Amino acid sequence: MRLEVLKTNKLYIGGKFPRTESGRFYTAVDKNGKEIANMCLGSRKDFRNSVVPARSAFGGWSAKTAFNRSQILYRIAEMLEGRRDQFVSELTKMGSTKAAAEKEVNTSIDRLIYYAGWSDKYLQVFSAVNPVSSSHFNFSAQEAMGVVGILAPEENGLIGLVSSIAPVIASGNTCVVLASETKPLCAISFAEVLNSSDVPGGVVNILTGKKEELVSHFVTHMDVNAILYCGKDEKIKKQLQEDSITNLKRILIKDFDWLSDKAENPYLITDFTEVKTTWHPIEQVGGAGSGY
Amino acid sequence: MAKKTSIRDFSVTPSVDQVGINDRITRIQKRSIKKESKMEGLKMILNMIDLTTLEGADTKGKVEQLCYKAQHLHDAQPGLPTVAAVCVYPTFVGVAKKALGKSGIKVASVATAFPSGHSSLEIKKMDTQIAIDNGADEVDMVISRGRFHQGDYNYVFDEIAAIKEVCGKKVRLKTILETGELGTLDRVRKASDIALHAGSDFIKTSTGKIKPAATLPFTLTMLEAIKDYYYETGIQVGMKPAGGISNSKLALQYLLMVKETLGNAWLSNEWFRYGASSLANDVLMQIMKQETGNYQSKDYFSID
Repeated sequence: MRLEVLKTNKLYIGGKFPRTESGRFYTAVDKNGKEIANMCLGSRKDFRNSVVPARSAFGGWSAKTAFNRSQILYRIAEMLEGRRDQFVSELTKMGSTKAAAEKEVNTSIDRLIYYAGWSDKYLQVFSAVNPVSSSHFNFSAQEAMGVVGILAPEENGLIGLVSSIAPVIASGNTCVVLASETKPLCAISFAEVLNSSDVPGGVVNILTGKKEELVSHFVTHMDVNAILYCGKDEKIKKQLQEDSITNLKRILIKDFDWLSDKAENPYLITDFTEVKTTWHPIEQVGGAGSGY
Repeated sequence: MAKKTSIRDFSVTPSVDQVGINDRITRIQKRSIKKESKMEGLKMILNMIDLTTLEGADTKGKVEQLCYKAQHLHDAQPGLPTVAAVCVYPTFVGVAKKALGKSGIKVASVATAFPSGHSSLEIKKMDTQIAIDNGADEVDMVISRGRFHQGDYNYVFDEIAAIKEVCGKKVRLKTILETGELGTLDRVRKASDIALHAGSDFIKTSTGKIKPAATLPFTLTMLEAIKDYYYETGIQVGMKPAGGISNSKLALQYLLMVKETLGNAWLSNEWFRYGASSLANDVLMQIMKQETGNYQSKDYFSID
């Protein structure tokens, strides 16, 4: 007879798996109220500690070629495929039926491939050469914003996480994610997938904990450039709008059926980019005579 | 009290209890300084910084920019102190002096074939003289680590004394031991004793060019040497850890260590300095956090 070894679900910060500095935990339960796992109850200090590696990873990640980021996103999908059984079993533990769990894992893998494809193409599609009346070559291109705080969807443990992270990092942003509070089990396993997929440490940081405790810290932190809130809680929406005035960070609120096609579009990538327009002086070729 | 003229035998300096030092440091690192005391500490740290640029790529413009930063740390927050000094190469002393004007911020200059210290005494004296002629208020010299390792302690002593002679009474001399190249706490203690007895006004850990630069154990060892020298002679000597101190938490730990080893008399920029360039912004960010309640971003502070 042997004792079963239970997994300690820790946080994912800067490419490492630390426990919460607060030492607190909460117990995740299934739909019948049965305990399924102890999770770290992340604190505001854990959040602050995650912003630091997210910021320092931003330079390197956004400077990678779009093609390389695309390869890495594809790699995440490969790793997820390899561990599909684990994710199916975790989703079933958290209350999904076997069929629903399989569908969720499949959709998650496909969605990663989808954004891997867009990663090195969105710029060609959405950037523009603008007509101007002076002798300038004028063009606009999308650039990553910086550090994005993600409040992941509450209902889906895996697809919500994947669908909110992938478009954000596809363009070169880094992120700090607060995973679903009631369905947190997949979040830390997904962190292990990220950790073995050539995603540099700090690009994605995943916390587990309570929204009500952490939302105000996400939104008032000056070093966070944008927030993605996936949900429909009116109180949180109002709080986000009000507190974001500190540094006028972008607040994006999305509420989809995360398994549907709606949650899969390139505008989710451009939502987290800023448009940079460049005026480049040129000779006025059109007005030049035959001597040109 | 008059300075003693007798020179001790530096081959018999006391040895340092490394386990004891590390134990003390561990306890200092566990201390927590919050709220008002933290705020006061942070402002004190700002006022103790020697804002430093010692790069081969330094230009007149870069030094002028640094001098502007020294006087206007973060204008969005009124009531902040300025830094203590700006630290540059001898050739930029004139530029810094002019840029700082009557702000009261001192100009410190490295000298004596910084950072290696490998040159003849004549050249080192000239180097120092040039810095002083250009208007330096303070001179940061490096000791000859090669000679020190050879056991030529008298040479090291004489060299420091000779540079102090060039400095005279008005210009304060900081002696850089370059602890990273000395290696052990025993050697740091010995070098500290030599520098203290040779007449330094400050002893300083590092050039910032060698890693490790300033560390808490090295600094504590040097502070203990300053304490013993003070008890022995009644002469107060300053301390300057330099290099590698880039965040407020660490800087507060240094401050704590000075207070508890040497006492309140050392808690001013006359007797304690930080040699740093990026520390100032981190301290400013912490101050603004205390003021506004929000964690800050580098985007809103001047680049130094």
